[in-house]
Amino acid sequence: MPLLEVDNLTTHFHTREGVVKAVDGISFSVDRGETLAIVGESGSGKSVACYSLLKLIPQPPGKIVAGRALFEGRDLLQTDNKTLQQIRGNDIAIIFQDPMTCLNPYLTVGEQLIEPLIYHRNISRKEATQRAIEILGEVGIVEPEKRINSYPHEFSGGMRQRVMIGMALIAEPKLLICDEPTTALDVTIQAQILGLVKALQLKRNIAVIFISHDLAVVAGVADKVAVMKDGLIVEQGPVDDIFYNTQHDYTKKLLASIPEGAKPETSNPDASNIENTPLLAINGLKTHFHDYSGGWLKRNQKVIKAVDDVSLKIQQGEILGLVGESGSGKSTLGRSILQLVPVTSGSVIFDGTDLTSLSPAQMKPMRRRMQMIFQDPYASLNPRMTVFDTLAEPLLYHGLATRKTVTEQVLALMDDVGLARSAIRKYPHEFSGGQRQRIAVGRAVSTKPELVIADEPVSALDVTIQAQILDLILTLIDKHNLTMLFISHDLSVVRYIADRIAVMHHGKLVETGSTESLFAAPQHEYTKKLLAAIPVADPARERERQAALIEPIINS
Amino acid sequence: MFKAKQPEPVLTDPLVQAVKGTSLWQDAWIRLRKNTFALCGLGVILFLCIIALLTPFIAPYGYEQQNLLLGAAPPSAEHWLGTDIFGRDMLTRIMYGSRVSLMVGFIATGVALLIGVLWGTIAGYAGGRVDAVMMRLVDILYALPFMIFIVLLMVVFGRNILLLFLAIGAVEWLTMARIVRGQVLSLRRQEFVEAAVSLGLSRWTIIRRHLIPNTLGPVIVYTTLTIPSVMLLEAFLSFLGLGIQPPQSSWGLLISYGVETMEEYPWLLLFPGLTLSITLFALNFLGDGLRDALDPRASKN
Repeated sequence: MPLLEVDNLTTHFHTREGVVKAVDGISFSVDRGETLAIVGESGSGKSVACYSLLKLIPQPPGKIVAGRALFEGRDLLQTDNKTLQQIRGNDIAIIFQDPMTCLNPYLTVGEQLIEPLIYHRNISRKEATQRAIEILGEVGIVEPEKRINSYPHEFSGGMRQRVMIGMALIAEPKLLICDEPTTALDVTIQAQILGLVKALQLKRNIAVIFISHDLAVVAGVADKVAVMKDGLIVEQGPVDDIFYNTQHDYTKKLLASIPEGAKPETSNPDASNIENTPLLAINGLKTHFHDYSGGWLKRNQKVIKAVDDVSLKIQQGEILGLVGESGSGKSTLGRSILQLVPVTSGSVIFDGTDLTSLSPAQMKPMRRRMQMIFQDPYASLNPRMTVFDTLAEPLLYHGLATRKTVTEQVLALMDDVGLARSAIRKYPHEFSGGQRQRIAVGRAVSTKPELVIADEPVSALDVTIQAQILDLILTLIDKHNLTMLFISHDLSVVRYIADRIAVMHHGKLVETGSTESLFAAPQHEYTKKLLAAIPVADPARERERQAALIEPIINS
Repeated sequence: MFKAKQPEPVLTDPLVQAVKGTSLWQDAWIRLRKNTFALCGLGVILFLCIIALLTPFIAPYGYEQQNLLLGAAPPSAEHWLGTDIFGRDMLTRIMYGSRVSLMVGFIATGVALLIGVLWGTIAGYAGGRVDAVMMRLVDILYALPFMIFIVLLMVVFGRNILLLFLAIGAVEWLTMARIVRGQVLSLRRQEFVEAAVSLGLSRWTIIRRHLIPNTLGPVIVYTTLTIPSVMLLEAFLSFLGLGIQPPQSSWGLLISYGVETMEEYPWLLLFPGLTLSITLFALNFLGDGLRDALDPRASKN
């Protein structure tokens, strides 16, 4: 008998717009030592399904309508809340997506680690502390006996996720639910965390349900895969079958939308010609921030060198990919070019004008010529402005349209970015993430700019949507003859879109080269490491790599 | 206002809608019209305002007209809401009182709203030194004891109803400024503000179009809380001798006199109190309705 057997689980949400069938009768099972990956795009119901098992969904509006979930022979859906409390954390533990928000900032990690132990195991504080130190060591925190008294903000994102894993495992659960545990992490950290989860699973012989939107991530860790869409499991089976012998069209579509390979050779050969005067030239650019956390006295101030002596050229019509992990300064570089943050020193020469020497008033006409697409389409649109307002504002402000022509121009813009004309009066919250990003792209191209800086424009989107937006961006680049700085942490996305790639690490540019040569023969150590960490949607290759990562953890 | 809801104008063609303009306020009005509670609130307030305006023509008695023989009489056919201890008609006094109370409530709150929102937005958006100086000024004014402030005003300017607005406005905008500044501080780090900057919009445009509309939710709620507190503050100030003088009346004054004689003549407290409560209910319904109407996310059409 499997450890967990879910049969016909159905969860509905009663909303103002009627009943939403978030989970519509799904069945799956997991056994000890086995990993089931549930894959699907946002809104497919994969998280709701798992949270329903532990009644962690808000009720109402949520309601578990039907189904059975036998965990060690006991139906989770029928148990009372008190028993369920014992099961949560004790028998079934969850690791959440965002390690930044899942730890209480006011308690030390030690305090948070021993809490479930004292509650579930009824052991003394001293023993619990001892156990907490052990588990921190096990999840790879250096000097655990010191770090146990640290607060969450003193850890980096990856370290916090390790603490979260430790917290989930400390009560020795039989089933671990990982809800997108690496989505918020950098690619090199992601590889480490995946290895850690796998190793701990093997060591303790626990069952894992791994929720993810990313098939490539799942390839290395899963034994079985279930693909979810609109509350239904459309396909499930052993991992190799799903990847090598794909049956369902939707799974095929998911696999196809993983950006693979490089962009086809550009029709613009002179882009690589360095002899031309570049559209944008950055020389010795430094952007430093002062950290006043040590007090306002000069000697206590730390200077954070977000961008540290970067020089870069972008030719007319070129797409330059800027790659780096979070905190590498790539976003700050993008914002420095647009003078959105004060530059410390160096020059940003755009079409012959040094932007750093311009006054705000002189900068205004330049702003029309350079635009930005932001990462989060939920934050980058004013929630109180309709599509019309958002798109009309730059047109009217820069005198590119008159009151008479503006509606027609906005509609044309909407056609360009693939939005239905009838949506003109809608507000941002009425759109999906992908559609919102289309609005943001539309706004960026509305002023007919020459340079567009795209700051992780597809990172917040599902894979299938990601592919659509990337294609939209490529079409617009062609149509409007744009030059683009494409910032991303995702190398496969950059490979798909960029002509040339620049790699950033700790505020410095470590390597620049054409996309093909950089992928074929990376020069810098860091680039090599970055390339090696990209997960590929190929279970055999991923398992091989996992094995190398797991070995040292198990032996330790 | 109390009539059946009018049918929605047919707005199916997106082009027609766009040409007609797509301002937040028009959408808000369309949404507000669907909210029965808010409409009732608005109706009650308009009704009170009209009564207040017409009081000199429709009041059954003069506000200082006494009938000492009658004394404090309970409600009767001649005096619907009874009379006070000097035999003055309560209905008349409440009607005259509404002129003062509504005027103080709306004008002083309006002044506080205007100064507070602008001050808070500018401080929050400018940040750095400007913010520090502007907010320290707010702190200093906060720290000034209200009583001393009033006495100072009285000494310098003497008794004057305009001082009432000045005094109340001077204290009420402080909290508003703080609330708005807090809102703006979190808003200005959002990407849509950065997007507005990179579009080349001027600071004033950003404040007007991107920041202030997004602070409206808490501002409206706080405004509906301010209006009643301003009305009661007026009673306190009048009691101190600043503001209006007997035989003039205001709701706050009527209530405070009513409290003194509550046990013998309960109607002297009951009716002014009831009037104030109804006004506050109406304001709260309207405020909630406005907040929802101005937030596109709150309600679906």
